[in-house]
Amino acid sequence: MAEATEKGFRLLTRGLIKDNPTFRMVLGICSTLAVSNRMTNSLAMSLGTTFVIVSSSLSVSLLRNYIPKRVRMAVYTVIIATFVVCVDLYLKAFYPLISKQIGPYVGLIITNCIIMGRCESFASGNKPGPSILDGLGVGMGYSFSLILISAIREPLGFGTMMGYQVLGSWWTPWILMVMPPGAFLVLGLYIWVLRTIYPEKK
Amino acid sequence: MGDVVTQLSLLLVSAVFVNNFVLARFLGVCPFLGVSKKVETATGMSMAVVFVMTLASVATWLVQKFILIPYEIEYLQTIAFILIIASLVQFVEMVIQKVSPVLYQSLGIFLPLITTNCAVLGVAIINIQKDYTFLSTTVHGFGASLGFALALVLFAGLRERLDLADIPRSFQGVAITLITAGLLSLSFMGFSGLVK
Repeated sequence: MAEATEKGFRLLTRGLIKDNPTFRMVLGICSTLAVSNRMTNSLAMSLGTTFVIVSSSLSVSLLRNYIPKRVRMAVYTVIIATFVVCVDLYLKAFYPLISKQIGPYVGLIITNCIIMGRCESFASGNKPGPSILDGLGVGMGYSFSLILISAIREPLGFGTMMGYQVLGSWWTPWILMVMPPGAFLVLGLYIWVLRTIYPEKK
Repeated sequence: MGDVVTQLSLLLVSAVFVNNFVLARFLGVCPFLGVSKKVETATGMSMAVVFVMTLASVATWLVQKFILIPYEIEYLQTIAFILIIASLVQFVEMVIQKVSPVLYQSLGIFLPLITTNCAVLGVAIINIQKDYTFLSTTVHGFGASLGFALALVLFAGLRERLDLADIPRSFQGVAITLITAGLLSLSFMGFSGLVK
């Protein structure tokens, strides 16, 4: 039992730093870059994407013996799309403001390569339990990177955090940070720092 | 008539430069980083994307207008669009293979990758959200894909030079690539006053 728990824990935490989908594998960064200019958007996107990863991993894992190999990509796409539509409708109904700000990127969760990657490389060959943990771990890793990035971009760019003023009036908003170039620069610097601390194994 | 032409050309310029898909909207960043190692592959990918994105814009607009809206099933938009794009890519692949084996040789490996290119789905969704007419949709799709192609080829050129540069070890690879992309994006911001 202890061994199983340990294994589960490893699956769960692997995505945070060691196999972080954004910083390490550089997957699914379109949405990471696009929504990370405000913390609230990041949180909404993280929760949405994590939900989609976990549910589609679970579904793929449950159906793994019934999906014909040849059309598996199409099947995965339809499964993922279903959950994305759920998230989209939920946001539209309960958080119209956030839905408006994130705009097309909610629908684009579908093309987030992290999700397809997990379905293909893990869920299609593992039992539902581990698949859920794996999906949750990767989802957490994705969320973690989004939060880290917006923790720099929002204060520097707007002087706020989650919409509250954190930097005083002496701070001149560094607009560049919330514009597209800022996203590339911050992500690049994070990857640099991370690779300095945890050098890649050859 | 003159008005329409002006409007469309403004739309084209804005899609290519001001609202560049990769550098301003972050759509299609994955292939942008993935296939930009060599100018040659970048050109191949760009051509494939221009082709598919323009077609996909047209196809998704027609489906939205004549199938989803009349039957009031707009909430199926995402699923419908991704299926259209996937089948469109497959179809284009088959046609090219039959009609021009030479073109297939150069575009072949890029086509399957396009299905997961969020720029294609992105342009389709944006077209619908902005309520474009059929003509604007076509022009916008074409302009957006041209913008993607421009960014990709420019960036591949930069990266070829980067290979020769002396870069600190931990900075190599993705980190320097992203910083370069940031600088390129910065220079594209210079276009932002061009079209409102």
